[in-house]
Amino acid sequence: MNESPLLRLLLIHLPLSFLTVGGGQSIISELHRQVVPVQGWMSDAEFLNLFALSRMTPGPGALLSSMVGWQVAGWAGAIVASFGLFAPSSVLVFGLAHLWRRSRGAAWTKAVEAGLAPVAAGMILAAGATLLQAAEGGVLAWAVAAASTALLMFTRVSPFLLLGAGGVIFALLLG
Amino acid sequence: MADGEALAIEVEVRPPSALEIFLAFTRVGLTSFGGGLSGWMMREFVQRRRWMDEGEFLSGLALAQALPGVNVVNLSIWIGFRLRGGLGALMGALGMIVPPMVVAVALVALSGTLLQSPLAYKVLAGVAAAALGLSLQMGLRAARRAAQGVVPVVVMAVTFLAIFKAGLPLVWVVAAMAPVSIAWSAWRLRRGA
Repeated sequence: MNESPLLRLLLIHLPLSFLTVGGGQSIISELHRQVVPVQGWMSDAEFLNLFALSRMTPGPGALLSSMVGWQVAGWAGAIVASFGLFAPSSVLVFGLAHLWRRSRGAAWTKAVEAGLAPVAAGMILAAGATLLQAAEGGVLAWAVAAASTALLMFTRVSPFLLLGAGGVIFALLLG
Repeated sequence: MADGEALAIEVEVRPPSALEIFLAFTRVGLTSFGGGLSGWMMREFVQRRRWMDEGEFLSGLALAQALPGVNVVNLSIWIGFRLRGGLGALMGALGMIVPPMVVAVALVALSGTLLQSPLAYKVLAGVAAAALGLSLQMGLRAARRAAQGVVPVVVMAVTFLAIFKAGLPLVWVVAAMAPVSIAWSAWRLRRGA
C-alpha cells in the first residue's frame, strides 16, 4: 500500500527501458498513463507542462522521465527514474558493442556495416522529412531549414550561429 | 595527416582520454537545442574531432536506432566503446545523460516561467527549424555515401517511404530492410573479394 515512490518510479521505468525506440516518444503515452491516472502523482496539465519543457531543454527528450522523477521525489526521484529508463537498454547495447569489437574485421561485420548504411540513410531522411512536415512556422521554417542544411553541407559554419540566426529570424518575422 | 603518414607506425590516432570523452559528450548533450541530437554527434565526432569515420558512425547509428533504448544514449555507448572500451562507453552515456538531466531538472525547479512567454516560443521554433538542417545534412551525407548501386538505392528509398509515407513503426522497417540489405552486401563482398 504505502510503498515508496522511489521504488514505484524504478518499477515503472525498468520495463519502459526496453520499450523505448527512437527518441523516446514511444513511451510518453505509457508514462502519462502511469503518472497521471494510475499513480495520481500529477494532473494532466502538469504532465503536459513537463512535456513541453522537455522539448525545449537540450539533451535527450527522454529526460522527461527525470523531470517526472524530480516532481515526484526530488533529486533522488530524478536519479532513480533516469537510471531505470537508461540502464537496462544500455547494458544490452554495451554487450553488443563488446561482441562487435571481438569480431572486428570479420566478414559478417563488414557486411552488416555496409548493409546498414542505406537503411540508416533512409531512416535519417525520413526523420528529417517528418520533422520538416511538423515544423512550426510554415514556409519560413522550410526556408530556414533549407538554408541551414545548405550552409552545413558546404561550409564549416558553427551550428550555434545557425540556431541563433534561426531564433532571431523567427522572432523578427513572426513577432 | 602528413605527419601520421610519415610516421606510418601508428595508423590509429591516439584514443581520447576518458575525461575528453566525457567532456565531448557533455558538450553535445548540453548544446543540442532544437533536437536532431544525432546530427550534432556526427558533426562533433566525425567532422570536427575526426574520432571516427562517417561509415562507422552511420552503422552505429543504424544499430542504435534498431535496438531498444533511447537512440542517442545507445549511440553514445556505441561510440564511447569504440573510442575507449567499457570506460569510454560509460563516459559517453554519463556525459550525454547527467549534465542535461541537471539542466532539465533545474528548469522544472524554476517552473519554466521564462520559457512560457510567446516570444520564447517563437525563438524556439526558429531554433528548431535551423536545427533541422543538422538532421537533413546528415541524411544527405548518408544517402550520398550509401548510394552505390541499384540495390542500396532501392533499400534506401523503400526505408524512407515505409517510415515517412506509410508511417510504419521504425523497428518493423529495420527488421524487414536490414536483413535484405545485409544479405546483399554479404553476397557482394564475397563475390568482390
